[in-house]
Amino acid sequence: MRRVSFKHGIHPPEKKETTRSKPIEDFPLPKKVIIPLSQHTGRPNESIVKKGERVETGQLIGETSAFISSPVHASLSGIVSAIEPRPHPLGMKVQSVVIESDEKDEWISASDAVQGSPDNIKDLIKSAGIAGLGGAAFPTHVKLSPPANKKIEFLIINGAECEPYLTSDERVMLEYSAAIVEGIEILKKVLGVEKVVLGIELNKPECIAAMSKAVQGKDIEIVGLKTKYPQGGEKQLIKAILGREVPRRGLPLDVGCVVQNVGTVVAVRDAVIKKKPLIERVVTVTGSAVEEPKNLRVRIGTPFIELLNFCNFQKDSAGKVIMGGPMMGISQHNLDVPVIKGTSGILAMKKEEVIEYNHRQCIRCARCVESCPVYLMPYEISLASESDRFDIAEKLGVFDCIECGVCGYVCPATRHMTHLMKKAKTYANFLKSSRS
Amino acid sequence: MQISSSPHVHSGVTVEKIMWGVVIALLPATIGSVYFFGARVIAVLGVSIGVSALLELAIKKGNIRDGSALLTGLLLAFNLPPGVPLWVVAVGAFFAVAIVKQAFGGLGCNIFNPALGGRVFLMAAWPSHMTSGWHAPHAVRGVAAVSGATPLAILKEGSAVMEGLPEWRELFFGNVSGCIGETSVLLLLIGAIFLLCKRYITWHVPFSFIGTVAAFTLIAEKSIPNGFIFHILAGGLFLGAFFMATDYVTSPITPKGKLIFGIGCGIITSVIRLYGGYPEGVSYSILLMNAATPLIDRHTRLRVFGERKKSNA
Repeated sequence: MRRVSFKHGIHPPEKKETTRSKPIEDFPLPKKVIIPLSQHTGRPNESIVKKGERVETGQLIGETSAFISSPVHASLSGIVSAIEPRPHPLGMKVQSVVIESDEKDEWISASDAVQGSPDNIKDLIKSAGIAGLGGAAFPTHVKLSPPANKKIEFLIINGAECEPYLTSDERVMLEYSAAIVEGIEILKKVLGVEKVVLGIELNKPECIAAMSKAVQGKDIEIVGLKTKYPQGGEKQLIKAILGREVPRRGLPLDVGCVVQNVGTVVAVRDAVIKKKPLIERVVTVTGSAVEEPKNLRVRIGTPFIELLNFCNFQKDSAGKVIMGGPMMGISQHNLDVPVIKGTSGILAMKKEEVIEYNHRQCIRCARCVESCPVYLMPYEISLASESDRFDIAEKLGVFDCIECGVCGYVCPATRHMTHLMKKAKTYANFLKSSRS
Repeated sequence: MQISSSPHVHSGVTVEKIMWGVVIALLPATIGSVYFFGARVIAVLGVSIGVSALLELAIKKGNIRDGSALLTGLLLAFNLPPGVPLWVVAVGAFFAVAIVKQAFGGLGCNIFNPALGGRVFLMAAWPSHMTSGWHAPHAVRGVAAVSGATPLAILKEGSAVMEGLPEWRELFFGNVSGCIGETSVLLLLIGAIFLLCKRYITWHVPFSFIGTVAAFTLIAEKSIPNGFIFHILAGGLFLGAFFMATDYVTSPITPKGKLIFGIGCGIITSVIRLYGGYPEGVSYSILLMNAATPLIDRHTRLRVFGERKKSNA
């Protein structure tokens, strides 16, 4: 097995011990689910059901004609009780379909979609609402539709799971290794590629063993990735495995790659073989403020608070609840927000664990420059962004920033590095659009 | 529930930790200086650190905890002769903290290394106080009175007094005349290894600095045999290379920039020592390269991930 890595990056404490040995457990059906019509990167869906209507599990409830989008499905059978803006884990309120469960969980009868041609499979993947389960929730069918002039040579499967605390991908690799291999065969067919590489961080030796066994006899290479954050970033993964750099502002397609997360591969397999839309996912519920951390299979739309309580949430001592991992995750102000397609974990931290980022003057220590996985000079961008010079921030490459959080993690002046990056991007885009 | 931007964890390495880390790294040399030059060193250290801290409190009260003022005071004292009048020390500390550091905006904004700025100001204003007051080691406790030219000054004087040159061994352990904190290569090295292990400094500046001085003097120093070893061990090279030139605020950011900075420091130091009017050039070399730091930074930017190399474009 090859062992590879990328330049720069950091080694935060992994904190995976509490959940890595916990098998995936089915979370009991919730009483109600809140399904945001936008859970993905791309155009939001429009609801195609009405208030008071009865829906069945797996029924399509929101769609749009846009290509870069991903439909949503009912994750329960029951009555639509409201279609209204509800708090969303990515902030603000998003139009959502609320379904009250009838506790029967009656599935819609699966359509007998014709299998076979890559285009048919792609349609199936699109209509099943598959989006990247690693966190960004980019619609999977879009990634599987490279323009005709781009030749795809490699399918790279992302099993890095470099975020501390999270173990959902790890458990999927252990418990569904055969399903991953089946999913890979489907994706190979769709993309027409021969070469498949599965990258797994070396801190998951059991996954490497399980997957090595599962791929026996198949033409799938398993590569050991040195444990370093952010190894699971698409660009870092491709660089480590193939030595190729995705060009600035480019896509993996530009270097002949398509990258899919292991969880997404299983979802693709379920969609194609079992005709099952994406209505549930594996979520790691962890952190010091839950007494029994777990890996749960959860219906999309289940409120965070129910998951937390299921894991014995210590509400009074909790200081911060985060969707995702501690490096890139999003802190939540309202625990009624639902699990969405990109919810890989819920991290509840105790008050004493919550650190105060006390923004101070940069001392030019160069730690951010030495750690930035896209070789930016984050301190300069943060200074430009701080003084609202978004033109300078753009010139310095802020749009190459992957918002991995490394610069903030290492900054001894605890500057709001990642925040300033996001701010510069938002304002620079806003200024450009308002000028044109 | 607290709401904040990611990341939600931190490495734990803060400005305070780094500054106090450097102070700890300087402790062996501090204790050594008291051993070599006697109790008067304590008075110089006290005045230098005391005045620096008071000024920091007066100008930017909130910042005293970061330890940078204490470090400036300590480093300034390290760069003064043991016999320097205490009022000169106080003026130097004032110049270092109030002018070189705070007038430019405080920690992170200063262009020049504050301690070196203070020292060079004193050199310009009271050269006689700054170039006398050398104590031969153990002078206070022993018989020899104030005297003892520094090894580099002896070398500068020429062959007539060459027999006064100390052995390399003496230079390494620090049993020679010189500024308070600069004499013991061994004790400074202990602190430097601590800083390198803690990753508070990188190897680029000190190694390129010392390496350049070694290479330059290996070729150009003809007055004594194996003069390059003497040049590495004598004067303030180790103090400067590991503790002053590595100052984050006033040195370049990228590894390449740091190497250029170190090489520049080495060349200027060697040129001053060999051909200049002063016996020692470490402080001037670092200050001159401090001034060049923005320029070096501008020309040693990193290639952004995915940027095509120019030849392919």
